[in-house]
Amino acid sequence: MTAALFFEQLLNGLQFGVTLFLMAAGLTLVFGVMGLINLAHGSLYMVGAFACAAVAAATGSFWLGLVASIVAAAFAGALIEMTVIRRLYNRDHLDQVLATFALILIFSEGCRFIFGSFPLFLDVPAILAGPITLPGGLPYPIYRLSIIVVGGLVALGLYLLIAKTRLGIRIRAGEADREMIAALGVDIRTLYTIVFALGAGLAGFAGALVGALQSVQVGMGEPVLILAFVVIVIGGIGSIKGALIASILVGIVDTLGRVSLPSLFGLFMDPSAANSIGSSLSSMLIYVLMAVVLIFKPEGLVSQNG
Amino acid sequence: MASLSRETLLNIFLTIGMLALPFVATAIDEPFYITLATRVAILGLAGVGLNLALGTGGLVSFGHAAFFGLGGYAAGILASHALNYTPIMESPFLIEGTNQMLIIWLVAIIVSGIGAYLIGLLSLRTSGVYFIMITLAFAQMIYYFAISWPAYGGEDGLSIYVRNAFPGVNTLDPQGFYFICFALLMAGIWLSATLKNSRFGAALQSARQNEERLSAVGVKPFNIKLTAFVISGMMTGLAGALFADLNRFVSPSMLSWHMSGEIMILVILGGVGRLYGPLAGAIIYIIFEFIFGGMTEHWQFFLGLVLLGVVLFARGGVIGLIAGRARHD
Amino acid sequence: MKHLKKIAASALALSLAATSMAYAGGAKIGMITTLSGGGSGLGIDVRDGFMLAINQSDNKDVEVVIEDDARKPELAVQIADKMIQSEKVDILTGIIWSNLAMAVIPSATAQGKFYLSPNAGPSPLAGKGCHPNYFNVAWQNDNLHEAMGAYANSVGYKNSYILAPNYPAGKDALTGYKRFYEGDLAGEVYTKLGATDYAAEIAQIRASGADSVFFFLPGGMGIAFMKQYAASGVDIPVLGPAFSFDQGILGAVGDAALGVKNSSQWSKDLDNEANKAFVASFQEAYGRLPSLYASQGFDTANLILSALEGADVKDADAFRAALKVAEFDSVRGDFRFGNNQHPIQNIYVREVVKEGDVLTNKIVGLGLEQHQDAYAQECGM
Repeated sequence: MTAALFFEQLLNGLQFGVTLFLMAAGLTLVFGVMGLINLAHGSLYMVGAFACAAVAAATGSFWLGLVASIVAAAFAGALIEMTVIRRLYNRDHLDQVLATFALILIFSEGCRFIFGSFPLFLDVPAILAGPITLPGGLPYPIYRLSIIVVGGLVALGLYLLIAKTRLGIRIRAGEADREMIAALGVDIRTLYTIVFALGAGLAGFAGALVGALQSVQVGMGEPVLILAFVVIVIGGIGSIKGALIASILVGIVDTLGRVSLPSLFGLFMDPSAANSIGSSLSSMLIYVLMAVVLIFKPEGLVSQNG
Repeated sequence: MASLSRETLLNIFLTIGMLALPFVATAIDEPFYITLATRVAILGLAGVGLNLALGTGGLVSFGHAAFFGLGGYAAGILASHALNYTPIMESPFLIEGTNQMLIIWLVAIIVSGIGAYLIGLLSLRTSGVYFIMITLAFAQMIYYFAISWPAYGGEDGLSIYVRNAFPGVNTLDPQGFYFICFALLMAGIWLSATLKNSRFGAALQSARQNEERLSAVGVKPFNIKLTAFVISGMMTGLAGALFADLNRFVSPSMLSWHMSGEIMILVILGGVGRLYGPLAGAIIYIIFEFIFGGMTEHWQFFLGLVLLGVVLFARGGVIGLIAGRARHD
Repeated sequence: MKHLKKIAASALALSLAATSMAYAGGAKIGMITTLSGGGSGLGIDVRDGFMLAINQSDNKDVEVVIEDDARKPELAVQIADKMIQSEKVDILTGIIWSNLAMAVIPSATAQGKFYLSPNAGPSPLAGKGCHPNYFNVAWQNDNLHEAMGAYANSVGYKNSYILAPNYPAGKDALTGYKRFYEGDLAGEVYTKLGATDYAAEIAQIRASGADSVFFFLPGGMGIAFMKQYAASGVDIPVLGPAFSFDQGILGAVGDAALGVKNSSQWSKDLDNEANKAFVASFQEAYGRLPSLYASQGFDTANLILSALEGADVKDADAFRAALKVAEFDSVRGDFRFGNNQHPIQNIYVREVVKEGDVLTNKIVGLGLEQHQDAYAQECGM
């Protein structure tokens, strides 16, 4: 592999990691504040993508679609928080897993009921289409570069939100001591709804960004959801900083693994067997990474308690 | 005590109903009901396995499909080698395939037991959400391996053209196979009842409730949990082997996280920690799938609603609804 | 939902009319197909094409039972058991995916039922595992890829980069392409099944110096790949089987697909009367253009109807012979079965074009003429 190609794959890994971060941030935020494990996070990602595709098709504007994705997912998030999720905060994780698993079934079939079974069209806006030449003569898709930038901005925004704003203070207080914050007269119910909607909006935003690059269809949230869980477990559940580190780690390990493992095996076996075994192993690689991390740090890289 | 006897009555009723079902189905000429009942018994057994970890041990495993699939593949691989008359391996020593259910079960139990031991060894270092997620991740790992491993069909799966044999029973006859599965389900329920009431069961329950106290009396909670996890995986693995024989087919979908979710749903629908919970849950799940699946292609939407309703409003599952709360709730 | 009701209504009418109008022999057909979850677009197309032919027929004694397999093999097996044991169907059909087909077909044919495949054509069932009661009305899985390999030779490609998901159908696809393609390989890559980000692979393609890219990535994977490929600025020509460029999917791929050559045994613009009538009536009935899958469903139903005219479905030998002669007006023109009861047919090369605002395909050449699959000689029939 040449240095330029290696650098390009590194960028690809970073970009993949950033999209994972957008998913994982909401998931880990909700867990950190409310102690809730939400399998339906992938459904909110799907809601965002469908909203963006529908609005973009109706108005012709990707940007309006992007706004719609955040609004729709945040709205859907607030709705399920007030009707279902709220009842789960004091339950054990098993109940949370099952209730949100039920929500996946409801969202997926509901979405198919409304939009039909065929994938929807959603493309990157014209201004971001095509490649740009990076220093060094490497052509790279503008849209992917934009995702990296946007992901960085979201990470920064979340940091500022949590570190500097009144809402952030409450969120941190909520993580540390729930009784205390209620005693201080903060309306905890509203706070939880806002945090949940914020996480949902992030997921919807990620769905729209990624939907334009990939495909908008029912069930698109599930593979990403599982990856996002891997990310937050590696990062340490509840930690946004951990989620950022872990997403980039997972993105880069996965990308480099799938390009280099087959050729690595090719060094000492025949090419088609190497291809086959190399790609089998690379599809398992991030789970291996997760297992290794948990063996040495059972609470993830950035432990909430440490 | 009144509620306890109601649960016992319900259990007796379920047992008699399951015993009578194949005769009724034959009488009204609906042989397919026997196939459905066989499915109930097998999924029920998988659920009994999970219930041991989940209900008694409080170990929320979201990866039991791994053991279900391992058991299924053990059956599929042995049977396919027996059908093709090819040995599984020749060196360092010869291993041949077989179509004898008893041997297949043994292998399925051992393989899924080893799987559960390895996964448990790593996963049980964590707890809570980490445990849920790491068991899910291990199951996914095996799932992706099965899909991309070409030797036994990959995603296409593996067909068993002729159902495996059991001494003295015609397994091709739906009734014969049903009673084998039902007997194993009953054995599974009996085993988990025995375990629950033994010293081991008491230790497991206190491992769930109060680890420190257990450590204080010199018992390592880790070992207790690991043992429970392995037994639980073995039972689910045995169910997987039966499932392979029922469908005459194994595929990676037996390993998918939806399968883990399904087994978990059975346990919850019936009632966590109840002896007959998984059986009751499997009955409801299969009937639901059968009736609504025939009516609308959106049946999963309604399944979601029902599941949500059970989790939010009927925490003891169906058995809890009928028989009242369990003693220790 | 409109057309669903229509099917329900006509199925009712069919069963009511079962005793009158004996034009040809009746039959009970069980259709197991994917109507919910991922990939359900294909099942819906097969069903709609199939029911269109049934509704157009004068034979009112044909009853069709349709059930959703949700793309789960174990559910498909259960439905097959139910259809055979409870519904007592004569013929089974409808399965979209090879893994579901492998789960259902061997045991269904072993129980004496007929199975007609409107989509999947796994190689074991075409070769050693062929069966007198199993007919494939679509293609053997390798066929469309083989045609693309032949086409690559004919336009002079010498250095192809080929990729497919890491599962049996993906390996069959690349094997099929390589069976006919004579040039060198710039790379051969198996991606994770269900992957939707191909940045890493596209970067490898750019660096590989290939003169053509062949890919088989069904469903959402193909949509994602094409969009990302177009955005990457890599301008190496792309080839693929029809699956990633068919009517149901083109809308989601968008202009990124324009100009791509793909292989198919059917196309909307095939010039024969049956096809013209099919395209027009499908559009009228469902308000959308028919896809490859719809055409396969339509042909499957017409094959069954043609066989029922000459033979009683209860007389297995006669009915089998009537199926085998395949005397029906196929929308793909010439259609006949080989010894293994898989089609011998032309496979065309199509190009994605824009008609007004609608993306669709037009035929630009012939990939393989009267092509038979590679496994036929392994079949003992």
